Formats: sequence, structure tokens, C-alpha cells
Amino acid sequence: MANEKETIPGTLITLVIGITVTAVSIWYGQNNNLLPEQVSQQAPLVDDLFNIMVVIGTALFLVVEGAIVFTLIKFRHRPGDETDSQPVTGNFSLEIFWTAIPAFIVIGLGIYSVQVYNQMGGFDTGGNMAHHGHAPVQVASLPGSNGPLLAQGGDITYGLGANAEMGVRPADLTVDVAGMQYAWIFTYPDSGIISGELHVPIGQDVKLNLEAKDVLHAFWLPQFRIKQDVIPGQQTQLRFVATKTGTYPIVCAELCGSYHGGMRSQIIVHSPEDYQAWLEANTVAQAPGSEQTLATLTDSDRLAAFTHEFGMDHVGPTIAAHTHL
Amino acid sequence: MAQAQLPLQSPPPQEHTGHAHPEQWSWYHYFLYNTDHKVIGIQYLVTAFFFYLVAGVMALFMRAELATPDPDLLSPDVYNTLLTNHGTLMIFFWIVPAAIGGFGNYLVPLMIGAKDMAFPNLNAIAFWLNPISAVCLGISFLYGGAQAGWTSYPPLSIVTSPNGQSFWILSIALIGTSSILGALNFLVTIYKLKTPDMNWDELPLFCWAMVATSFLALFSTPVLAIGLIMLLFDINFGTGFFRPEMGGDVVVYQHLFWFYSHPAVYLMILPIFGVMSEIISTHARKPIFGYRAIAYSSLAICVVGLFVWVHHMFTSGTPPWMRMFFTISTLIVAVPTGVKIFGWVATLWGGKIRFTSPMLFAVGLLAMFVFGGLSGVTLGAAPFDLHVHDTYYVVAHFHYVLFGGSVFGLYAGIYHWFPKMTGRMYNETLGRIHFVLTFIGTNLTFLPMHSLGMQGMPRRVALYDPQFEFLNKVCTYGSILLGISVLPFLVNMIWSWSQGAPAGRNPWRSLTLEWQTSSPPAIENFDEEPIVWAGPYDYGIDTQSFEPDDPTVAEILAEVGQEMK
Repeated sequence: MANEKETIPGTLITLVIGITVTAVSIWYGQNNNLLPEQVSQQAPLVDDLFNIMVVIGTALFLVVEGAIVFTLIKFRHRPGDETDSQPVTGNFSLEIFWTAIPAFIVIGLGIYSVQVYNQMGGFDTGGNMAHHGHAPVQVASLPGSNGPLLAQGGDITYGLGANAEMGVRPADLTVDVAGMQYAWIFTYPDSGIISGELHVPIGQDVKLNLEAKDVLHAFWLPQFRIKQDVIPGQQTQLRFVATKTGTYPIVCAELCGSYHGGMRSQIIVHSPEDYQAWLEANTVAQAPGSEQTLATLTDSDRLAAFTHEFGMDHVGPTIAAHTHL
Repeated sequence: MAQAQLPLQSPPPQEHTGHAHPEQWSWYHYFLYNTDHKVIGIQYLVTAFFFYLVAGVMALFMRAELATPDPDLLSPDVYNTLLTNHGTLMIFFWIVPAAIGGFGNYLVPLMIGAKDMAFPNLNAIAFWLNPISAVCLGISFLYGGAQAGWTSYPPLSIVTSPNGQSFWILSIALIGTSSILGALNFLVTIYKLKTPDMNWDELPLFCWAMVATSFLALFSTPVLAIGLIMLLFDINFGTGFFRPEMGGDVVVYQHLFWFYSHPAVYLMILPIFGVMSEIISTHARKPIFGYRAIAYSSLAICVVGLFVWVHHMFTSGTPPWMRMFFTISTLIVAVPTGVKIFGWVATLWGGKIRFTSPMLFAVGLLAMFVFGGLSGVTLGAAPFDLHVHDTYYVVAHFHYVLFGGSVFGLYAGIYHWFPKMTGRMYNETLGRIHFVLTFIGTNLTFLPMHSLGMQGMPRRVALYDPQFEFLNKVCTYGSILLGISVLPFLVNMIWSWSQGAPAGRNPWRSLTLEWQTSSPPAIENFDEEPIVWAGPYDYGIDTQSFEPDDPTVAEILAEVGQEMK
């Protein structure tokens, strides 16, 4: 194609295209505004990973789609030309090149993903804690027998745990979360508060113990970038540190029945003082003898509170109850 | 390479009277049990397309419901029935049977120069399992239909609409059986019935794709059947495999389900990749770029694709090592897929590209699959998937690869082989209108869904946060356009089938064997043993003859054409 007398050298054009594509991709990676605001420590980690993938994806998208559009225009069939094209059947070096480039990219992304996942606390679920000799309930299991690589029985809790820095430290606040058709119930074991909304203090290490009363649910905090299925018969957990006060949605993300779309609640991130005030107000309101709170509980909720230690026995009656709805 | 072995003094073709099957099939043969692979292929395609329309109408009702945040059009139960059966029909009754049963059956024996499939009766039985399976699905609607999503995760699937769910399971088990029988048949057919003078590296890439597809179907479908039958027992016969209160484990079901259903994604796209290779090469008049790379990458996808299923379960009861292992294996699938994409772009590069309807859909597929593939890589990375799993981002992604990919490929294939199947030419203008409407409709419907998912809208909901209303309206308008886009296609197919201009034997001047027989082909395909005188993609290779006596490809094509008359 470069047989004409005065053309711009192909290498120069390639260079300019390369620089432009790189610049556009990097810009779009930083300014795509596709994700909602960041309210947890994990959110920037996830977003950085996503934005890197957006940079690479945009570059590949522009190059490949650009090549497609270019060929469609440049190499379109001209009327009257019934001959075949130049028979190019392959180019081994080129094929190695375009196999190697994606391979390097995906291996790099894989390593980066593992790193981000570690920083999010993904590797520290039940099994790891036993190594540190921290969780008293797990002392009974043989040390080292249930490392992070092997899920054994109910010892392992799936989900996100403490990240590497938090290490063996227990969470500042633990909340038991029960998912049922079609609501979330939050129980604060330390203060006995039971709530339909999740209130947490900013900057504190919060651990959620998730359990399902009937069918699968998924506990999703979009602004926190974390999600965990809530599974009947298995323990799951999430652990996070909120970084911004405000009210954010809690969404059920696993199909759980007719009104799955209505299974929404709110997480309210308080400043320390506000949280203390909320805590005190509700501790008083829910002190033993407060009939108003008890009246709002269903039988299965009250039952659940007592049968909690017995594991999953309560799930059966709950499912049976819901089939009659 | 071209071998130019056409016997120029070959005997004149026998008259129709000399044949074991003297007549062509009549229209009513297509409604009966028939063992001819071409009849079965068309039976698959037409019934599958019917189910596509049904599932499409379901999608339109869902989009109408989602035009507003409140559940005001359909009751939530009905919405869940629709979403479950939309997915079920599109996957098990449209894309899989049309791509594998339809094109696979019609093309594989023709492409390898065989008279029929290896086991014609098994083939017909496999097809007739489809209507029976559809009847089961129909019965499920009498009981309210399955409502637990096409994944049917227990415990929801155990406690919701149990009779509907049970008939849904029977339906899927039957159609899975059909898939296993078909897979077995393809493997034996390609291995045993390939015409002897066709080398393995002259096998059309569609057949290579069918080899990979069939291996996957054979290995993975039984696992789905096991999972579903255990679920059936849990619902009806008091077992507790997936009942936590009886010590069952709900996550085991998810493993069994996805061990099949992730490979099912490749069942739906590998044959389409094969179709792509045929169409792009033919309509660009250029040999396929990197034949071996494209053939082997199908096999690589087939192997790696068996080890990625847990990426559907990153947020489930999945230990950390599994999340990481399957992140990496999932990302690796991008490599062989990329090899194919690059190979097709390189095939187009320097070609003489004809903007026929099949080529338009093939290029549209390429453009959208690139996007769907890139969003797939982001989903493969577990830390990001934790955020977007089970949201509209996933819905957007898989519609880009399944609608923008598989369905575009099916349209491309239908246009490309329509002249062969019917002997008549479709209307090119209507085909192009169909493409433009479909391309715009697809992007309008599915592109905004990426944003919805990332911003916080979960999938499978009939009611949603009002902040998402605007983008949902855009998606709904797009879906209306997609609904309209089917009309020019339907008109084109029905009109052209009866009134279209005769297409002749080989309107695309293609080199694969199916084009070297009459259109539609005779009942046993070839009047005489076909001779492989050129590789399937040797476009342009024979235009400069090495020896003056050698006929060029064009001359040979003309020669074969003369004999056929």
C-alpha cells in the first residue's frame, strides 16, 4: 500500500496511533466514573484493580475494533473484482506474539488479583485464625490441620476476614446478620440490640457473621465493593472498615423468591459520637421487658436466637414455614 | 494445498431414476421421524427458532416490567417464572440445539463428504427428545412454572413451586440426554466417516469446533443430569442431598450445576466460532489466517473450559484457594479466545470483504465478542467479581457474548447456508436491515446494563431502586428495537424459502465440500464419492497456476458446476 511517492512512513503512523491509544486508555481508566463512591477500605483496592483492567481493556478494544473498522473500509470488495485475495495462510511469529501478549497480561492480572484479594482480607477466614491460636472455639481442632487450603466441615467460615495488618486482632464490632425472605435482621451481641438496619461506626473494624434462615441470600454493600452469599447451613462472614459517614444501600443479590427485589435495607455509617448516641438510645429501648421490640419478632426469630448454638437445626422449620406463605 | 485431482472424464451424473432415493423430501417429511441428517438439521433449526421467539417474547414482558421501578405489570411470581424460562429456553432450546443440532447435523456430514451421520436413528431420536422435553416444560407452566432461575439453586428450588420445578428438571434431563446422544454421534461421524482423501488438516474448522464441542458435552452433561436428579429426589422423594436441615450441602449443587453449565457456555460459542471461520474466509475470499492455531485453540478452550466453573461461585461458600485458582484458570481462557479473534481479524486484513448479510453478522459478532470478552476478563478477577457478581453487569456481559456472540453467529450461519438448505437466495436488503436493527438494538439494550450493575442493581429483580429508572428505560427501548428486528428476518426467510431466486449450487464460490453438491443436496448428499481437490480455505492459492495445464480453482468450480446440472 505504500507504493505512492510521498506517504507518511507506516512506522510513524503506528507510533502516533500507539501513543494516542495509550493516552486515551490511561485517561479513561482513571476517569470512567463507572463505580459508585468508595466507603470501605476495600473499595479503593477493588477500584484500582478494575481501573487497571479498564486501561488494558480500552487499549485492546481500541486496537482490535480499530483494526476491524479499518479492514472493513480499506479491504472492502470493489465492484467488478472477482479475483481472490493474496493467499496469506498465517504468520508463525505474529501468532506467537499475539498469544504471548495476552498470556502475559492475564498472568499479571492474576497475580495482581491475588494480591488485592489478600489485602481485602480474603485469605483470613476461620482456618487462618486457628493458626494464630486466636479464636477460642477453634482450639479444639488440631493446629495446622485446617489450613487455608482445605475446607473441613463447619470450621471454615467463607468470606472476607481480617487483612494482613489486622492479623490476629479481633474485630472492634461484631454483628450477627440473619437473612430471611425478604429482610435482614441485625443482632448486636455485645449490646443486645436487634435492628432492621445496620449501624456501624466509622473507622472501626466491623465483622458480620452471616447466616440464612431459609434460602440462599447474598449480602451486598455496593459502595463497600463487598458481597458474600448467605448460605443455610454454612457460616459466612464479611469484615470491613467504613471510611465515610452516610447512609448506603444493603442489597440482596441472590434470587431468594418473589420479592427478592424488595429485600433491601440500609447501612448507616456514624461518626463515633453519633454511633455512641444510637447505641445508648437503642440499648435503653430494647432493655429486657420492652415489649414493643419483642412483639415485632416472629417466632422463628426468637427461636433462632436460642437455637443459635445448636447450629442449623432451626433452618428446617423456617423453610417449612415459608412454603406456606 | 490444492491437489487438482478432478477426473475430467468422470462419468456423467446418474439420472434421478437410478437412485436408491429417487425423490427429494416433501414438506411433510420435515414434520415426521426422519433419519436424514439434513432433515434433522432443519428440524432442529426451525423448532429452535420457534423457542427463540417464545423466549424473546418473555424477555419483552420482563423489559416492560422493568421500565418502571415498581412491580406493576406482572406479579413477582410470574416475573420469576419468565426469567427462569427465558434463560432455559434461550440456552437449552435455542442456542444449543440450533448451533449443535441444527448446523452440526446439517453441515458435518456434508463437510466431510459423508452420506449421513454415523448413527442416523440415534440422531433422529436425539431430535425428537426436544419436543418431548418442550412438552415437559409446557406442563411445568400448568403448575406455575419453575421460578428459581435457570440455575435453580436449592433451597429456593426445593421450596418454590415444587411441581413446576420437577417438570422443569425432567425437561432439562431429557434435552441433556439429547445433547449427549448428539455429541457421541458427532465424534464417531467425524472420526469414521470423513472421506479418506481428506487429511485432518483439511478438515473444515467448523468440524474441529464440533469435535471440541462434542467432547465437552460428553464430559460435562452427565454431571448436570446427576445434580438435577438429586434435586428432583430432594423435592419429591424426601432425600436431603441439598437440604441443610438434613445435613445436605447446598453448595455441592452449585458445583455440579456449574461443572456442566460453564462448559455449556462453550457449547454455545464453539460451534459459532466454527461458523465464523467458514464465513469470514469465504466472504473475504482469503485463506483462514492460522488454520492450526484456530483449530487447536478450540481444543484448548475445551480443556481449560472444564476447569473454570467456580468463577460462577466466587461469592458462594468458596474457600480462598479456590477463588484464586479459578481466577487464574478463568483468565487463561482469554488466551485461546484471543488467538481466534486475532486470527479472524488477520483473515479480514487484506481480504476482499463482501458486505453480505452473513458477513455483516459475522463482523458484528467479532466487534461485540471483543467487548464481551473484555468484560469477561474483569469478571474473572475474583476481587472485582465480589462486587459485580449477580448484578446487571453479569447480565450485560453474558448477553454480549451469547446474544452479540452466539445469536449473531446463528443469524450469520442461517444467511450463509440458506441457499444451500433451500436452494433459494434470501433477500440481501432485508438481511442488511435486519443486521442494522439487531446491532443497534443489542447495544442499546445491553450496554447500559454494565453501568446498572456496577452502580448497585442486582439481577433477577422485578422491582428496583428508582435511581436506576432512566437506564432501565433505555434498555427497554432497546429491547423493543430488538423485537422489531426479528420481523424483517422472518419475512425474508418465509418469503425467500418459497419465492426466492434460485441460488444454484455454490453462490458464494466456497471451497468446502457442502457447496460442491446440488442445492438443496440430494438425499444421500453426493451423487458420487466427493474428491477433495483443494483445502477448505485455499482462496487465491490456485489463481496463479504452477503449471499451465493445471486448472485454476475457478475452472474446477465451474467444471463441478457443469457436472451437477
